[in-house]
Amino acid sequence: MKSRRAGPPVFEGKTDVAEASGGLVIRPMDQFEVRPLFGGDTVGIFTITNVTLWMALTIAAVTLLMVVGSRGRALVPTRSQSVAELAYSFVYKMIEDVTGRDAVRFFPYIMTLFMFVFFANILGLVPFAFTTTSHIAVTAVLALAVFISVTVLGFVINGASFLRLFWVDSAPLALRPVLALIEVISYCVRPVSHSIRLAGAMMAGHAVAKVFAGFAAALGAAFFVPVLAVAALYALELLVAVIQAYVFTILTCVYLKDALHPHH
Amino acid sequence: MADNAGNGVGMPQLDFSTFPNQIFWLVVTLVVLYLILSRVALPRIGSVLAERAGTISNDIAAAETYKQQAAEAEAAYHRALEEARAAAARVVDEARAEIQADLDAAIAKADAEIAARAAESEQKIAAIRDSADAAVAEVARDAAREIVAAFGISADATAVDAAVDERLQRGAA
Repeated sequence: MKSRRAGPPVFEGKTDVAEASGGLVIRPMDQFEVRPLFGGDTVGIFTITNVTLWMALTIAAVTLLMVVGSRGRALVPTRSQSVAELAYSFVYKMIEDVTGRDAVRFFPYIMTLFMFVFFANILGLVPFAFTTTSHIAVTAVLALAVFISVTVLGFVINGASFLRLFWVDSAPLALRPVLALIEVISYCVRPVSHSIRLAGAMMAGHAVAKVFAGFAAALGAAFFVPVLAVAALYALELLVAVIQAYVFTILTCVYLKDALHPHH
Repeated sequence: MADNAGNGVGMPQLDFSTFPNQIFWLVVTLVVLYLILSRVALPRIGSVLAERAGTISNDIAAAETYKQQAAEAEAAYHRALEEARAAAARVVDEARAEIQADLDAAIAKADAEIAARAAESEQKIAAIRDSADAAVAEVARDAAREIVAAFGISADATAVDAAVDERLQRGAA
């Protein structure tokens, strides 16, 4: 429905031409297109798009697990409640272990990040889904939010001594300015790696899945080979989706640790 | 977007015209998620976990107390058992001593009675023997007088009797 109504005419025409010519045309990147849900070609800031839909579904999934799943408040948890408790304890322990006990006051923020990335990644694996975390615009905002909050927090908590994070006391004095430069550059590159890692992993896996699926349509009788490949790839993608959510969250904890305890 | 779709090889990720839209909805989503998690979900799950941890530690403490009490009860039971055994042994000893005393008294009484009966019987036997001896002497004297009379000799009755008595006494000796 989405592509039928919202797809730009040029796109439709192109597909028709490709089908007519009988050639193998796989468009692995089409799944990442942002389209208005209710007609129109322009994507304004407030336009309701597939981004809106899948982010709303992410909220719904998180609410279903964390709110509906735990509504029993049972002493002996039900299945859904124990999964919700597992997610809670997992992130809580991660903050405690990586950042320190004094960082648990940031638990709701980090939990929000983890839950969003985790469910956006998982929901992106649903066939025909739109993966919000495969977009650099989304992951860059997440990473920049972490970067800016951590930097501001570092200066607010430690004052100017936060800069000692870049001054490696254990190195020889002559090397310290060079190391400081390297440390500053690596610190400023953090949001780039933080965001591109997640978006890249999501995009690559989904694009490859789409390419294999396209082969299945083109190969005819031998369709089962790429179908099996897609099945195997999906298992891998599920792993990647979970691991990337984990990596994004644990890196956030590591960065937060620098703000709270800048001295190595 | 139209440009990307048009040349067919572009990355929709780099279509900057969709960025404001994505960022807007992302911020909305994050705010909503944060409110849901921080206001409802996390306090609820946290309180459930804390409650469970409290219940478990309470239960463990209670189990420890009960174990202690059980050990004390067992010790008390053993102590009571020992006391009961000692008391029973004492009662048995007392009863045995009492029975022994009763028995001794009864045996002594029976012995005395037997001795008395024996003495009495001996007296009776002696009396009977004496009377039997007397009767034998009488019969012997009578018989001797008759025999002497039968031989036609008149003899002095007193002399006969004396001869018989003498013989009897020699025989008895």
